[in-house]
Amino acid sequence: MTQKLIVIGAGMATGRMLETLVEQHADFDITLFNAEPRGNYNRIMLSPVLSGEKTYAEIVTHDDDWYTASGITCRFGERIAGINTAAKTVTAENGDVLEYDKLVFGTGSNPFMIPLPGHDLEGVIAYRDLEDTQRMMDLGEGNKVVVIGGGLLGLEAAAGMAARGVDVTVVHIMDHLMERQLDEAAGYLLRRALVDKGITVKCAANSKEILGEKGKVRALLLDDGTELPCDLLVMAVGIRPNIKLATEAGLAVGKGIHVDDQMVTSDADILAVGECVEHQGAIFGLVAPLYDQAKVAAQTLMGQEAAFVQKELSTKLKVTGCDLFSAGDFAEGETREDIVFRDPARGVYKRLVLENNVVVGAVFYGDTTDSNWFFGLIRDKTDISDMRETLIFGPNMQGGEVDPLQAVAALPADAEICGCNGICKGQIVEAIEGGATTLADIKAGTKASGSCGTCTGLVEQVLAVTLGDDFVVPAAASVCGCTELTHEDVRRLIKSQGLKSQDAVWQQLAWSTPNGCHVCRPAINYYLIADWPLEYQDDPQSRFVNERNHANIQKDGTYSVVPRMWGGITTPDELRAIADAADKYNVPTVKVTGGQRIDLLGVRKEDLPAMWYDLNKAGMVSGHAYSKGLRTVKTCVGTDHCRFGTQDSTGLGIKLEKLLWGSWTPHKVKLGVSGCPRNCAEATCKDVGIICVDSGYEVSVAGAAGMDVRETELLAKVPTEEEAIAVTTAYIQIYRENAKYLDRGYKWVAKVGLDWVKEQVVDDLENRAALVARFELSQSIYRNDPWAEHAAKADAYQPLADLTLEAAE
Amino acid sequence: MSWIDVGHIDDIPLRGARLVKTPAGCVALFRTSEAEVFAASDTCPHKGGPLSEGIVHGRSVTCPLHNWVFSLETGAAQGADEGQIPTYEVKLEEGRILLDTAALSARAAA
Repeated sequence: MTQKLIVIGAGMATGRMLETLVEQHADFDITLFNAEPRGNYNRIMLSPVLSGEKTYAEIVTHDDDWYTASGITCRFGERIAGINTAAKTVTAENGDVLEYDKLVFGTGSNPFMIPLPGHDLEGVIAYRDLEDTQRMMDLGEGNKVVVIGGGLLGLEAAAGMAARGVDVTVVHIMDHLMERQLDEAAGYLLRRALVDKGITVKCAANSKEILGEKGKVRALLLDDGTELPCDLLVMAVGIRPNIKLATEAGLAVGKGIHVDDQMVTSDADILAVGECVEHQGAIFGLVAPLYDQAKVAAQTLMGQEAAFVQKELSTKLKVTGCDLFSAGDFAEGETREDIVFRDPARGVYKRLVLENNVVVGAVFYGDTTDSNWFFGLIRDKTDISDMRETLIFGPNMQGGEVDPLQAVAALPADAEICGCNGICKGQIVEAIEGGATTLADIKAGTKASGSCGTCTGLVEQVLAVTLGDDFVVPAAASVCGCTELTHEDVRRLIKSQGLKSQDAVWQQLAWSTPNGCHVCRPAINYYLIADWPLEYQDDPQSRFVNERNHANIQKDGTYSVVPRMWGGITTPDELRAIADAADKYNVPTVKVTGGQRIDLLGVRKEDLPAMWYDLNKAGMVSGHAYSKGLRTVKTCVGTDHCRFGTQDSTGLGIKLEKLLWGSWTPHKVKLGVSGCPRNCAEATCKDVGIICVDSGYEVSVAGAAGMDVRETELLAKVPTEEEAIAVTTAYIQIYRENAKYLDRGYKWVAKVGLDWVKEQVVDDLENRAALVARFELSQSIYRNDPWAEHAAKADAYQPLADLTLEAAE
Repeated sequence: MSWIDVGHIDDIPLRGARLVKTPAGCVALFRTSEAEVFAASDTCPHKGGPLSEGIVHGRSVTCPLHNWVFSLETGAAQGADEGQIPTYEVKLEEGRILLDTAALSARAAA
């Protein structure tokens, strides 16, 4: 007989519970109420949505189709007004009365709002749901935000908004950030990393009052009289289980709704899961236990035996560039000992807390590679006396070489692999036994590694262990079919073996083809140029047609020619020369490009040399609009004409273009220089973007506006133009020396990490100077105009022979 | 056979190509790294890309527009692609490139 099941709240816990019920074909007629006007989404992924790394659509876990297919009646946007446990009915907001056989509470929690004076002003929000996230995302660049709360949630909110160019100040009442998860040292490192992201952090700061103007928030006033102006104030100081409805219904509640090990409340027909419950005195805010509860609740509903057991928990912060892990208990105590490892240069800090030869707590900052292994030690209460001396160095130092696969093989079935989705090793192994053979299969079947992806390596190792030889952990892709080496290997070997010609590369690195192919040849040619600028002679036949002919090939085989206009500035004489060339060579289309240059489209190959000759004569050189090299430096007018301009942005753009032009790079490089934060040159989606401000220059890098759209990240803020130029040059050189061919700057920075780049080109002044010097050395060869050279040997652009006349005779 | 001298091998860059205009359309002459010259149609059957602007590797050329690869010996598209370009008789005598125009006009006439 089908039972009526009513579920209140479509959150992550009830979502997982419903999934289990549906998967096991449980015989229920399910009605799902939700106060939010939508179904279940992955709330812990709101931070990546806020920072722009994911979209809302990507974090929806159950869409309308799923609810329909699963036969669940959805009443979204509707609250429950009351519950009559005696009659076993609920009353909906609109007065509908529905009967239930079983009722499940998943009412979650409410963000805690500190009752400061002014907390009800417009513009004071929590960080809880999509609406809050949207409010933060809608803030334009340059707006000011104060976040109260330096815990996990507050910092993710702060970092997300800072990534969108919002001016963020974090106010935290304790002496250091995330004090529940971190000790002082790690808190300090985290603070430094956030400050580097442009976030202002105020610890030991007591909020006194929220100041408003016309009913809207204006500033936060601290105890010490400091006023922090803001357009939005986010309170992220904690959550309180939402127990109002349960209390009114007469259920036993404490901090949360009391449940037993089967997730049953004081009423035998009512269950509760998630953040609204209290189990053995504990309440829950992290996702892993809440998924466990969901499964137990589903099993209880289906009459299966199951019990919820609280487990050790670990924490990670979802802020790009801040690697942080904490688990267990690391309070100091007389019986407790510490093992601490610091590497200040790398920003790495590790601390283990031991008690009776067992690890009871761990805090890692900067390097969290082995955190799962340490977490296992804590959870399993492993006796570590035998490895104490080398313990801090991780699993690889225990008893000689430890195969990472052995470590994974040794994990118990209930070891958690994917923290985002609460998937343990046993479930992955089960999926593999059910036929999954690839990472994609595992993602589709279990959701493991489907969210933030940090566990991908682990999942692959579980696959390798379980499938044995049938699974090959995907190695980094080789350059092409001509070699098994990766780009990185080839770059390294070219340097270490001193290979200075393509022949040497093919020979020494055992190429399987006589002279490469269209994929590897341009890459090798680039690497050789970048590494040996004085010795290696560029090979035009290893260049793509655009770079060989110094013009852009079009789909009909004609070309487009773009003369360089330094910083986007031109003159009437140059314009006349361009117009004359367009007339003389019958150019069908003249277009202004996105980079503020003029494009002459539809030129026949035979006409190119003569056209270049004419343009050269007018003082113009190749615009390299086709090259893996510097293309354009887009500018605004800056102080010359604009009433907002703070610096001579056009002048800086011209200087940069004259400095950088002609240099070959792994992929195209575009710059933008804006004279003020209004950013008319759209500098924040360029490979290097400079925003001039009153106090100097903000140099940011790794933007893109093509296949991917990305905002730049701040590399450095410098006071002088000279320094802005030096930082830019050093950045381009380090990209030239390290990136894989055809990796845009943003892809490369994502691989090596912005922090590493900063260390190399911002912090280490000696290294910066050396990079600039190496760039200059290379430019002594390559800052030349290929048009002039090619215009001189125009015959190569003509047919070798013309037989049409002879044939006619 | 009607051999005609169209130029010297050094007029074509190493691992490069040059065009010869003929009544049957443009013929591309490709030079490999082994001092061999091959003659084939300049036009990729896919989207008409100019093969003489492609990268010559081994005895193959890659079209610059969409990376189709053709054998210079047989004219057959390589890999997953299907297609064929006409190839023409060509020989080298003391560095001079001789092209068989009879084949070209015959093809044009056909």
